[in-house]
Amino acid sequence: MAYHRFDAVIVGAGGAGLMAAIQMAGKANVAVVSKLYPPRSHTGAAQGGISAALGNTEEDHPKWHMFDTVKGGDYLVDQDAAEILAREAIDAVLELEHMGLPFNRTPEGRIDQRRFGGHTRNFGEAAVRRACYAADRTGHMIIQTLYQQGIKHALNFFDEHHLLDLLFTDEGVCCGCVTLELRTGEVHTIHAKAVMIATGGFGRVYKVTSNAMAGTGDGVALAYRRGVPLMDMEFYQFHPTGLYKLGILLSEAARGEGGILRNGEGEAFAARYAPTLADLAPRDMVSRFIHQEIREGRGVDGKDYVHLDLTHLSPELIDAKLPDVTDFARTYLGVEPKTAPVPIQPTAHYAMGGLPTDVEGCVLRDEMGTVIPGFYAAGEAACVSVHGANRLGTNSLVDLVVFGRRAGRHMLEFIANTDLPPLPREPEFVARAEVTNLMARDRGENVADIRASMQVLMMDKVSVVREARGLAEAKAELADLRLAYARVAIQDHGLRFNTELTEAHELGCMLDCAEAIVAGALAREESRGAHYREDFQKRDDANWLAHTLVTKTSGGLEMRKKPVTITEFEPKERKY
Amino acid sequence: MEVTLRIKRYNPDIDVKPVFKEYAVQVEPTDRVLDALNEIKGHQDGTLTYRRSCAHGVCGSDAMRINGRNRLACKVLMQELGKRITIEPLIGFTVIKDLVIDMDQFFASYKAVEPYLIADDAPSHGERLQSPEQRARFDDTTKCILCAACTTACPITWTNAEFVGPAAIVNAHRFIFDSRDQGAARRLRVLNSQSGVWRCRTIFNCTEACPRGIEITKAIEEVKRALLFEKV
Repeated sequence: MAYHRFDAVIVGAGGAGLMAAIQMAGKANVAVVSKLYPPRSHTGAAQGGISAALGNTEEDHPKWHMFDTVKGGDYLVDQDAAEILAREAIDAVLELEHMGLPFNRTPEGRIDQRRFGGHTRNFGEAAVRRACYAADRTGHMIIQTLYQQGIKHALNFFDEHHLLDLLFTDEGVCCGCVTLELRTGEVHTIHAKAVMIATGGFGRVYKVTSNAMAGTGDGVALAYRRGVPLMDMEFYQFHPTGLYKLGILLSEAARGEGGILRNGEGEAFAARYAPTLADLAPRDMVSRFIHQEIREGRGVDGKDYVHLDLTHLSPELIDAKLPDVTDFARTYLGVEPKTAPVPIQPTAHYAMGGLPTDVEGCVLRDEMGTVIPGFYAAGEAACVSVHGANRLGTNSLVDLVVFGRRAGRHMLEFIANTDLPPLPREPEFVARAEVTNLMARDRGENVADIRASMQVLMMDKVSVVREARGLAEAKAELADLRLAYARVAIQDHGLRFNTELTEAHELGCMLDCAEAIVAGALAREESRGAHYREDFQKRDDANWLAHTLVTKTSGGLEMRKKPVTITEFEPKERKY
Repeated sequence: MEVTLRIKRYNPDIDVKPVFKEYAVQVEPTDRVLDALNEIKGHQDGTLTYRRSCAHGVCGSDAMRINGRNRLACKVLMQELGKRITIEPLIGFTVIKDLVIDMDQFFASYKAVEPYLIADDAPSHGERLQSPEQRARFDDTTKCILCAACTTACPITWTNAEFVGPAAIVNAHRFIFDSRDQGAARRLRVLNSQSGVWRCRTIFNCTEACPRGIEITKAIEEVKRALLFEKV
């Protein structure tokens, strides 16, 4: 057993985790744990941009950004949090620039900005240029810049450490975590006054996803197992433009720069559904438009995909502003986007739900907003909630830097005023028991098979369109898969870099996330944002203008409602 | 179609020396090499070990030697490779297990060039100004994903562990030619040392290996010229 003591430990070294760690650098002793090397984190795959009402190319205001965020989230957004998001986005983007992030520039040398779905001027009048960007690799530049700062500040990186468990005292105070060092197979206990979960999303529960293979929801699931509630898990965003069958993301920037979706008849169908914003309507809507076109037989060649058409854009613009996404089409589908339309389908992209937090990143225990001392979360793993029922494009990166930064600053205050809580007795007991169990059998169920079954059933029954019967089936099938998982066997029984073991552990985490998604989707008998119920097609503010909290208890899952914070914008019907 | 993957396997806890093992796999021509590896790990041999994450060429985890060339397993399709495919770990660093190499030296070299903006004049409000032309000057080297394909393709790296290697020079270049940065002199001092750019013999292996299409040899030459003519 290896024991470490820190002021704080941050699990996950993507945008949120690194942003928090950098706030604390030099002021506290912080460990940063990643199951990858930090620059491999999935923040790096973000493409299109990070919004902030800088107003560099046209008039813009944080209030407009806040409104778009609230409306985009189908009014399930906590408006106090959205106000902070929109206001502090400006500072956060400038901080990134000061750290060296190479944004694209205007002729005057300022940060350039472009259009993105759902971002409008003057409360919905027309699209506005709000997304700051670096070609179509904005996330890459963010993760590189933050990692560079991490090196500058000599952060204590625990690279290639896989999170196995979270530690709480008997009083429910978070006091550390347990990790598996991949290289040696050694189990580590990291004892700390504050623990932050920044482990990102869990898109890998779905078959077609833009998410990295590392996107398995480890931190979210392990907290859930420890009785921490998960909020709004039914809201899972499908991005309209994933490469056909592969799910690799083609940024919304492609439409922001003028790309058009066309059905099998060549019709630019989005305008039929959303007259004002057309192809730049929010993602939940555009994904449903595509679903509808395909269902009515207007997919390309009658198949389950449509086209993203960039052929009318100038080759120079494509090379300058969309080099990576067009390269993906060439590499993986053999399609040249300058001359031919690209086959696309909606792809599982982003969890609006996650660990409930306040605006300082403190994780909440219940619907009253009681804080769990010492326990923080930010980024996709968390639910503040600034995305409500549907996140707007670019707002994930804003969320990372704004709330990662706030969590880091709050942790600094917290650890200055608190003593190190004691570890529970045998802190590694649960983690070691689980590893032992996964290694115990020579024969049994296969990890890859269970994972594939889960991914298919989530895609078929819990994706863009849902209904009670399919969700009930999904719930039963997931329960069966969980039974199979209890009998899982792996071949690699060694200590050294045992990725078969970590994949098995990740599968357990994904089954937890999937269970929570289905529970929320079954409970919420309305349609709102990314959650569309065929059997309850209307939004129902009278009963469901509320967050859901799902908690794992010894007696099964408990579902509660948490009120939505509404400050300025009363819920209205969402039209674009 | 059925293909055979010959994979160099080595677990120092068990094996005396590395051995090639063969796996027959059913694949689609448009599958990635990574898909084939996942199929083997999932259904034939769970002990097969490699790094991977994003699966579309942006995270830099799965660089390996595929038919003798350094590639990302997620960026090469089976249809490019023929029926018998040889897969080995990158050369030049210690193998931890199978296709997983020890990256410590790689990141140490990266850190040696101080790969972060050095500037003490952050404006009190607003951004630092930079013209599109100034921004374009270092665009190519911002694309690096630290996958190590270039550094481990370099024969100088293979024989001289001290050489900082192409990836570190690329990341130094990214800042040396950034109009906002003031640390060029410090980085150039590092790159002017025994283990710096002058070890480079302009072999172009790095440029050929880069999965991001960075013109690495050109970047190295630009650093050399900056040293010779003290012009940035």
